Amino acid sequence: MAYSEKVLDHYENPRNVGTFDKDDTSVGTGMVGAPACGDVMKLQLKVSDKGVIEDAKFKTYGCGSAIASSSLVTEWVKGKSIDEALEIKNSDIAEELALPPVKIHCSVLAEDAIKAAIEDYKGKQK
Amino acid sequence: MKKPIYMDNSATTPCDPRVAEKLCQHLTTEGVYGNPASRSHEYGWLADEAAEAGRAHVAALIGASPKEIVWTSGATESDNLALKGAAHFYKKKGNHLITVKTEHKAILDTCRQLEREGFEVTYLDPKEDGRLDLAVLEAAIKPETILVSVMHVNNEIGVIQNMSAIGKLTREKGILLHCDAAQSAGKIPVDVNEMNVDLLSLSAHKIYGPKGIGALYVRRKPRVRLEAQIHGGGHERGMRSGTLATHQIVGMGEAFRIAKEELASEAERIGKLRDKLLKGLQDIEEVYVNGDMEHRIPGNLNISFNYVEGESLIMALKDVAVSSGSACTSASLEPSYVLRALGRSDELAHSSIRFTIGRFTTEEEIDYTIELVKGKIGKLRELSPLWDMYKEGIDLSSVQWAAH
Repeated sequence: MAYSEKVLDHYENPRNVGTFDKDDTSVGTGMVGAPACGDVMKLQLKVSDKGVIEDAKFKTYGCGSAIASSSLVTEWVKGKSIDEALEIKNSDIAEELALPPVKIHCSVLAEDAIKAAIEDYKGKQK
Repeated sequence: MKKPIYMDNSATTPCDPRVAEKLCQHLTTEGVYGNPASRSHEYGWLADEAAEAGRAHVAALIGASPKEIVWTSGATESDNLALKGAAHFYKKKGNHLITVKTEHKAILDTCRQLEREGFEVTYLDPKEDGRLDLAVLEAAIKPETILVSVMHVNNEIGVIQNMSAIGKLTREKGILLHCDAAQSAGKIPVDVNEMNVDLLSLSAHKIYGPKGIGALYVRRKPRVRLEAQIHGGGHERGMRSGTLATHQIVGMGEAFRIAKEELASEAERIGKLRDKLLKGLQDIEEVYVNGDMEHRIPGNLNISFNYVEGESLIMALKDVAVSSGSACTSASLEPSYVLRALGRSDELAHSSIRFTIGRFTTEEEIDYTIELVKGKIGKLRELSPLWDMYKEGIDLSSVQWAAH
């Protein structure tokens, strides 16, 4: 299977790999997927008092497209409000990376990861 | 060193130059291009001679008589002819077949077709090491059982089945035994009489012959009957019609001749390279060899790198041509059914890589591969949330994952 240049670029130079302290109240952590399915994404968002995503980090176990999808998402969410971040759709990710149909689930997982991280963040603010 | 380094010799092999040279002598006007079935002129006679010499070489490697060799288009067709041909011919005797869950799809899908036709098929679980438990086989035999099909060497894990013990049992019970030897012939000794097999599938391109040609061994004493699946001019004693592909037959014959001559020395050399590769990779934490190491062909190493997904590793190893049991390399999104049948977890099945070493693999290539894999595994584990969790001492099986 041939990969798009963008997938290869993110795979070879993944952006924002790393970890924030998950107990920090300004950090939302989303972990989606399952090892048995072949992909697990962990996305962490650092959110300012004003509700703006200041920084993002990820770690992903999965195929090249899964790694690229999560790497791309960390770039996209930075500077966005949490409401704006929730508007990122899996189809946008799939289109940007030119994912073939068999890899669409990787972009779905990346969208789920954003939602899960924001939900975790919101839960901490209560 | 040519890159990517080819370490997928169980998928296919290049033609040995000696094979290619001989094959090419049977194509053009300067060569022997006649139809072996033409009895009325020298073109036909010479082609027949060449094809029969090829038949003799193929028979010699497996201890058979040339009269017991039927040419086919490859091991897949041989498997189809053996199973469908025997089942159709002996259906009045019984309607039950037995095979193993780790067989090649050419066997499993043929069995599915026979089930649709009304036959009953038992699919046995192998042991964790990939080998078949003889007691499990014996227990599955019924009065209606007409045929047992077990592959000699598994294509994914390289594990060798104890065919002579299986053959002893099936012979005692008066049941036909078919064996897919596509991955064993030319790599380890194969003797149809010692194994007591009645039908045996062979392929040329797995041992440095051309693609598109194979053979089925069909025992004559005691005689095994098959219903033909391809009808036409009555070639191959009516079992497989179609003009003989002289050049491919000559190529397969030459490949089998070389294999017989060089088997022992080649097995030793390849085995040493494989052991070196294994030793190098075992320095890495959390690696698991899939399948029994003792009963395994020399060229195969199937290994899982825990917490690293197989396809991403294959992407990282783009300078080495290997294959993976990961779901992501197949269209089905299911991880290797062979590793699952061994009881391997989905995680480890997703993390598996198959290295298969061949005649043209060098020690330099092995050294390069070891260093490359070590570096890339480190990089991918830094990316892996599962590796972090493992390092924190979290038991991954205790986590509630959202399956998708």
